[in-house]
Amino acid sequence: MRNIMAILWKQVKDTFKNKEILIQFVMFPVMTIVMEHFVKVDGMPAQYFTNLFGVMFVGMAPLTSTAAIISEEKEKNTLRALLMSNVKPWEYMIGVGLYIWCICMVGAGVIGYAGGHTGEIFMKFMVIMGIGILVSMLMGAAIGTWSKTQMKATSVTVPVMMIFSFLPMLSMFHEGIAKVAKFTYSQQIHNLISQLQTAEVAFEQVGVIGTNMLAAVVVFVIAYKKCGLE
Amino acid sequence: MENVIKIHEIEQTFGEKTVLKNINMEIAKGEILGLLGPSGAGKTTLIKILTGQLKPSKGKAWVFGKEATTLTGKDYRKIGMMMDNFGLYERMSCYDNLLFFSKVYGISKKKIEGALERVGLSEAKKTLASNLSKGMKSRLLLARVLMAEPEILFLDEPTSGLDPATTEEIHKVIREEQAKGVTVFLTTHNMAEAYKLCNHIALLNDGDIVEYGEPEEICRRYNHQKRIKLHLFNGEDMELAHDNESFDVLAKYWKENAIETIHSTEPNLETVFMELTGRKLD
Repeated sequence: MRNIMAILWKQVKDTFKNKEILIQFVMFPVMTIVMEHFVKVDGMPAQYFTNLFGVMFVGMAPLTSTAAIISEEKEKNTLRALLMSNVKPWEYMIGVGLYIWCICMVGAGVIGYAGGHTGEIFMKFMVIMGIGILVSMLMGAAIGTWSKTQMKATSVTVPVMMIFSFLPMLSMFHEGIAKVAKFTYSQQIHNLISQLQTAEVAFEQVGVIGTNMLAAVVVFVIAYKKCGLE
Repeated sequence: MENVIKIHEIEQTFGEKTVLKNINMEIAKGEILGLLGPSGAGKTTLIKILTGQLKPSKGKAWVFGKEATTLTGKDYRKIGMMMDNFGLYERMSCYDNLLFFSKVYGISKKKIEGALERVGLSEAKKTLASNLSKGMKSRLLLARVLMAEPEILFLDEPTSGLDPATTEEIHKVIREEQAKGVTVFLTTHNMAEAYKLCNHIALLNDGDIVEYGEPEEICRRYNHQKRIKLHLFNGEDMELAHDNESFDVLAKYWKENAIETIHSTEPNLETVFMELTGRKLD
């Protein structure tokens, strides 16, 4: 527990001076506030920007920040120094993961609040966002573990992030894309946060998110076994 | 004297390249051992094997009587490693870097100030690690290691590329640690450093230990010329052999108070290394 708290403390200290990571956490919540309050178009669905930026936030921030943090520590050998100082790999992963999940949940809270969600609906929104953030973090962890340098991690995270962040938006305009997008967790997260009022969760949605999460875990385990954290 | 490091018939190969060949060594508690060799000789590989970062292709190494490949977190608490590639958190200050590791080590915050003072970084404690010079970064890495009060220090080229003043400061800290009973295993390609600091040195070339012993003893062993160089006050230079005839000449000049300087012709470690390997230590 001591090591996890130490890593959490280090992430807080470090990230506030890391503009590249910080902007990921701030950009979409700020954009949601601005767009929801200043852009009103007739016929636009309710919470359009909240749902759109919410799912983009889920697909981008946790994935890129997790991959960037792990790969940077690998590249600069600070992770090796930590592991040689009695920090266990799982303690490191939980420390970093807890930090990213918490800060992303704050961002999700801001997005939900900006969308006017309150009470039970707000809680449902947060639970769905929390699950989506977790899946993205697992993918980011797999990419970060696989990559030896930040540059290599970025070259993988950018296309992966683009796919998961933009598919829900593109699927609104193209049926073919929608047919593929429905197999991604980000599309299902988008569907879920777009129908918060109905309180119905389809088996397909749970199944797709669960399968995506399982796939992310498998990829992470393979990456860890192949490359380790050093 | 208790041996804290034991190396038995270690061999390391990477693909078809043999980096270490049949290395045997024992290092006593409180000793400073210097592993000297040119770049690529296998020095860092041996440190990695001894610290359990690398499993040797053949042979075994023991640290605190425990096989290096089985070292646990508890053992690592007693081992300090200053490797050139062990990075710092560049966006954090010197103090915060140490504060983080003090939390990981589970030691009091009070030790941070002491560690910074020992390496002469007290005034730079609020400076971001990214703004430090190479020498200051090395000192901060050393402070991070010392703070945990290790029983063995592995220092990989601790003064490489540093200015003489910083080098001297680091030497002072290493000697202080030895005085406390800490065992030091250091790699270097700086002969003067090895000669000054180490109780024993091992000359490593192409994965082989080509010579081992006390620095002075090694130099004496290769003193083939066995001559004495004199510089007289009248400006004259002369060389004398180690024999009775020369003793009479030396005594004569000594009585006349004519000798300004007197030197033996024993070789330095660089010369010994060149004699043994036919190459320089760079």
